[in-house]
Amino acid sequence: MGFEVSQTGGVTLVEVEGQLIVGNRQELKQQVLEQLEGGDRKFVIDFAKTGYIDSSGLGVLVSLSKKIREQGGELRLSSLNEDLHTLFELTKLDTLFRIADSKEQALEGF
Amino acid sequence: MDGDLVLELPTDIRSIERAVEFVMTRCRTCSEQARRLDLNFRVGLTEALSNAMLYGNSRDPSKRVLVEVALQAGRLEARVTDQGIGFDPSSVPDPTSPENLTKPCGRGLFLMRQLLDEVSFNDQGNQVTLVLRLESGGILEGGVQA
Repeated sequence: MGFEVSQTGGVTLVEVEGQLIVGNRQELKQQVLEQLEGGDRKFVIDFAKTGYIDSSGLGVLVSLSKKIREQGGELRLSSLNEDLHTLFELTKLDTLFRIADSKEQALEGF
Repeated sequence: MDGDLVLELPTDIRSIERAVEFVMTRCRTCSEQARRLDLNFRVGLTEALSNAMLYGNSRDPSKRVLVEVALQAGRLEARVTDQGIGFDPSSVPDPTSPENLTKPCGRGLFLMRQLLDEVSFNDQGNQVTLVLRLESGGILEGGVQA
């Protein structure tokens, strides 16, 4: 379980390893907000290595998206597996986020 | 319910992932049911534990959460009980309605209801029972931990 943060062509890429759940959601939030306060405005959170996300994890993504938008930025998501797609569809959060099939696709034209 | 598997957890959200994993490793089923177990039951149980600790026990570390899991006649049942005063589940708004979609909270109970075959509460509202029907049956490896 962890988060890997890197910079790619002016975009902050956060890769979530393991789960994004109530026990570690604040860690992700803190990392992204630090980058936002540091001036970053374009974010991709990639879930290629993520097992599952609970409602707290979904809530953090909603919260971060709002904060990033308030600063004139954008948060995109990528690489949701079938289970994660199901969770986003059930909660209708797939209508709230721009979701790409891969991190490369998310980074294209950002 | 006399649970085949009983866990008593401290109110510590860091314990949720390990507790869910512990239960999951003891629930085995055929491959056709694996996704329902891995996604539906795992997320449902995680949500129930989160609600019990965050809202039921109000993060009070002196309070405990009881988890009882049993498999009977193709029904995998998990009962989660906290030591809070309880709540009215009918008072929780629909998180998918337009006015709630951008709110960061309120999706736990919704996901439980979407992913499990049955979700019920006791009268006090401090105990939730989740049921996942496993058509082809399954195996629950028993054990008791305190």
